[in-house]
Amino acid sequence: MLQYVLRRLVSLVFILLGVSVLVFLLVHLAPGDPVRIMLGEEATVEDIERLNRIYGFDQPLPVQYLRWIGNALRGDLGLSIRQQLPVTQLIVERMPATIELALWSLVIAIGVGIPLGVLSAVRRNTWIDFGSMFAALIGVAAPNFWVGLILLSQVALHVAWLPIGGRGPSFLDALLALVTRFDGQVVWDHVRYMLLPALALGTSIMALITRLTRSSLLEVLGRDYVRTARAKGLRGLTVVYGHALKNALLPVVTVVGVQFGALLGGSIVIEVVFSWPGVGRLIVNAISQRDFPVVQGSVLMLAVVFALVNLLVDLSYSLINPRIRYG
Amino acid sequence: MADMPAAVVVPAPRRGNPMLRKLLRNKNVVAGSVIISLLLIVAAIGPWITPMDPYRQDIWERYAAPRGLVVEGQLNTQYILGADELGRDLLSRLIIGARVSLMVGFIATSISLLFGVVLGAISGYVGGWVDNVIMRLMDVILALPGILLAIAIVAALGPNIVNAMVAIAVVRIPQIARVVRSDVLALREEEFVEAVKALGQNHVVVLFKHILMNAWAPTLVIATLGMGTAIVAEAALSFLGLGAQPPQISWGRMLSVGREAIRSAPHVTLYPGLAITIVVLGFSLLGDGLRDVFDRRLKDS
Repeated sequence: MLQYVLRRLVSLVFILLGVSVLVFLLVHLAPGDPVRIMLGEEATVEDIERLNRIYGFDQPLPVQYLRWIGNALRGDLGLSIRQQLPVTQLIVERMPATIELALWSLVIAIGVGIPLGVLSAVRRNTWIDFGSMFAALIGVAAPNFWVGLILLSQVALHVAWLPIGGRGPSFLDALLALVTRFDGQVVWDHVRYMLLPALALGTSIMALITRLTRSSLLEVLGRDYVRTARAKGLRGLTVVYGHALKNALLPVVTVVGVQFGALLGGSIVIEVVFSWPGVGRLIVNAISQRDFPVVQGSVLMLAVVFALVNLLVDLSYSLINPRIRYG
Repeated sequence: MADMPAAVVVPAPRRGNPMLRKLLRNKNVVAGSVIISLLLIVAAIGPWITPMDPYRQDIWERYAAPRGLVVEGQLNTQYILGADELGRDLLSRLIIGARVSLMVGFIATSISLLFGVVLGAISGYVGGWVDNVIMRLMDVILALPGILLAIAIVAALGPNIVNAMVAIAVVRIPQIARVVRSDVLALREEEFVEAVKALGQNHVVVLFKHILMNAWAPTLVIATLGMGTAIVAEAALSFLGLGAQPPQISWGRMLSVGREAIRSAPHVTLYPGLAITIVVLGFSLLGDGLRDVFDRRLKDS
């Protein structure tokens, strides 16, 4: 197991180096001279040269890359051209918001998806089943940012306590306020800002979880050991929850793991829809402002988080499913 | 959808193509094909069936509410689904927008198929360091969330619909390459391949004629399911202003414009998203159906 983890970590480092080269090349292929954009039309040649020197844009590309990645490894991703702030600081301020949104959408997706799937399986071929399966079919197909727009126009605008964008206090702040000051208001503020964006982001995973839970549970309910449990005279619900569900959830866990990384990508557009101050919105804004250091830094950091999440997910399978062993 | 023609085709006389019969018996395949065929027809004859000129602006009809098909007992062709921010007819724009969505879907998927199949086939057939290099390259692409990489590529190449297609295609290559590679790896050791080789055929013919001919089913399934992903990706890029540019009509762009007036005219955001959902639904039904018919192995994975 330890050997497996080490091997994965080593290959992860190489892949991330590859990603850094890719991102660097992409950003430097982009048309438009960043310094010229920064200084405006009337800039003098001397000013342009001076700034090129400061940012290192006058160096050959390989040198620029090595300097960038070298500094990045020490936690310095350069300066934002537009905001005159360290890129690292901009990312560190926003990354928690992005991760928090992804986590909450996963929690909501699981919290709704699994019970709905169980209900569909237990009440097979009733209107509950048909209804939730139809909803799941639509939920998988609907683009999450459109779901977000619909939630905004059909829900947020009609419910007074739901904001139409922005982020409330962070989860940790809310928790801290609750524990130290018994202040429920902060928790409530956290929840009401987070609810709709997380719901929109989680729609397709929720739909996927519902479908999978249903089909997987139906399959397990047909197995011999479940029939034995029934034959012993156990009540229907005991059989479902005590015996069948645990095994039925294995494929669900796998899918949740595979999809969790995708949430980080999906959150980019959702953050724009809900003005959520995360890394995704930072990237989109930086692109429209041609703020190169911010684009390359935040894409790289999002890739790092994405890779770590996928690694953790892979490793956790072996804890959940004893049949998986890594050699 | 239970009473689709699928039920009718079942009867005993075993004539016709057995594969076709199997396909027509699958409800998902039939439902998906019907949806996609209808959309293709709409896209093909679009310019001749739009009830109004999709580009004509009318300042008095800005954000006009949907009027429906019947107004005062008469058949209505004006603003059936309402109008957008410049008073242009939404239904007509939706019809023309279908062309961009489907075009991006088909072209991006074709590009990714071309590169994915060739790279995957070479990787699996040649093996060794070639395989290693290609697959590590694929790993790098997969190390970024798809939409993020697409955004980065479009940002580098410049925002327009062609670059959006290229970006979406690049992002989709690794998945196809992996599927093709694993099929080629398995087929490479088969006896019929040995036989063809013994007959003196060169590697190119062996690989692209004999091996790939037997590996098309899983690739077809992945490509079909990928159509939906590609279409959503185009919508997302256009929504962010990185895809289709005005005056080109795209559902994603319609959504981003509609967002500005989400309070006063929610219908402007409702219909384009619904259209995207229906297209994606069509391709995912078809893809799921094809998987059930052709490929048991993929289903389990």
